[in-house]
Amino acid sequence: MQMIACPWCGPRGEVEFVYGGEAGIVRPVPAASVDDATWAQYLYGRHNEKGPHRELWCHNGGCGQWFTMVRDTATHVVVTAEKIGAR
Amino acid sequence: MTAFRYSFLQVLRQGLEGHRGWAPAWRSPPLQKRYDVVVIGGGGHGLATAYYLAKVHGVRSVAVLERGWIGGGNSGRNTTIVRSNYFFPASARIYDLALRLYEQLSAELNYNVMLSQRGLLTLAHSDHAFELAARSVNAMLINGIDVELLDRAQIQAEVPLLNFAPDARFPIHGGYIQRRGGIARHDAVVWGYARAADALGVDIVQGCEVTGFRIDNGRLVGLDTGQGPVAAGAVGMVVAGHSGALAAKAGFRLPILSYALQAMVSEPIKPVLDTVVMSPTTGAYVSQSDKGELVIGAGLDLYPSYAQRGNLPSTQSILAGLAELFPSFRRLKLLRQWAGTVDVAWDYSPIIGPSPVEGLYLNCGWGTGGFKAIPAGGYVLAHLLATGRHHEFSAPFDLRRFETGALIDEAAGAGIAH
Repeated sequence: MQMIACPWCGPRGEVEFVYGGEAGIVRPVPAASVDDATWAQYLYGRHNEKGPHRELWCHNGGCGQWFTMVRDTATHVVVTAEKIGAR
Repeated sequence: MTAFRYSFLQVLRQGLEGHRGWAPAWRSPPLQKRYDVVVIGGGGHGLATAYYLAKVHGVRSVAVLERGWIGGGNSGRNTTIVRSNYFFPASARIYDLALRLYEQLSAELNYNVMLSQRGLLTLAHSDHAFELAARSVNAMLINGIDVELLDRAQIQAEVPLLNFAPDARFPIHGGYIQRRGGIARHDAVVWGYARAADALGVDIVQGCEVTGFRIDNGRLVGLDTGQGPVAAGAVGMVVAGHSGALAAKAGFRLPILSYALQAMVSEPIKPVLDTVVMSPTTGAYVSQSDKGELVIGAGLDLYPSYAQRGNLPSTQSILAGLAELFPSFRRLKLLRQWAGTVDVAWDYSPIIGPSPVEGLYLNCGWGTGGFKAIPAGGYVLAHLLATGRHHEFSAPFDLRRFETGALIDEAAGAGIAH
């Protein structure tokens, strides 16, 4: 079983967690002046990295907290798992 | 040209002559300095693209660049299912083109792709799911697809091995079947396209990774590869799960995420299952190969991944679902398990058409259903590369739909758990 170290609870099995998508996506504002291409990139464009990928996870089977994790998508090695805003 | 056509007489003759006359099915030529068209990716879609370029459009200066080897990626990792039972007209049109081409493919390629149209049964495990199945069937019939709604008794007659016990965890309320659906031999499809494309003069270059794009004034003029640079009039990018990684090298992002999609096979047993069974509720789908193994497919793993192995919780949940559907399979041993890296677009429909870089064309986003679409994906991309314009079947799948909002949401049509 893949283990993930929740920054609040410590190491737990992956089944306790839910993936929440790429981290750091910022909604473009003001909405009225955002063109279609920018809006489409915000909604759908993703880096889809092969390698270290910064992403959001939620420990929904434990403390329920969201946190930021850097995970290597090629090897599944968890590089860092930090509380949101730790950096 | 290929040395000879495959035939029964040829098998007989070679048998009498000690099998010394068989030649390799395709050449291994060195990479030339320039081609009219370069196709990145030697999977089914890439090879089919090259074949139809040469066959339909007479474009013979074509190279297919494959980082690994032919049949080593998703082409050799899928569950070999073919079908065209999709909800939206645009999807039904392109997937049924694929199925119709599959029906002629063995003769067309002079290569037995072992197409077996044994029917593909999709199960409904509740009254609500059965109502939705009826709605899907109506849409598919309007699309001209051969599907039949089946009630519980009809399904019991089709597949008596399924769990019809009164206390079944996933009771069978009905379902629908596409009788033209079934399976084909996945290796044979890629090998057949490779051999036929090679015979028409296409250079298939294996072990040749694309490392960079040469872009001049917004237009793609060539590629850097592990075997040196190559100039190209037009380039097709057909790399499935690695589309995002290559797009980044060309300077743009795609609305695609790469996931592991698992498959596994049981130990071989005597024939027990003569159709393909899909159960969207449990996420499992299964058919029996000619060798007797049960070929089991799973839903997507729960987070993006490029690791071609899949994670244990998904394996467990699919096998638990299968054991519940087919109680008699519980004692079988699992022989092998693996995963392919699939490119999933947000609306579970493919992306075919021009990329943001002029001269670079896309065929990606087939996600969990690439194998069944190989002939059509190749056919329409060849049209794009040869003419610079969409085939009418590929136009709805243009990348620009993510800006216009004209998405083709086949989350249900994709048929597996997401």
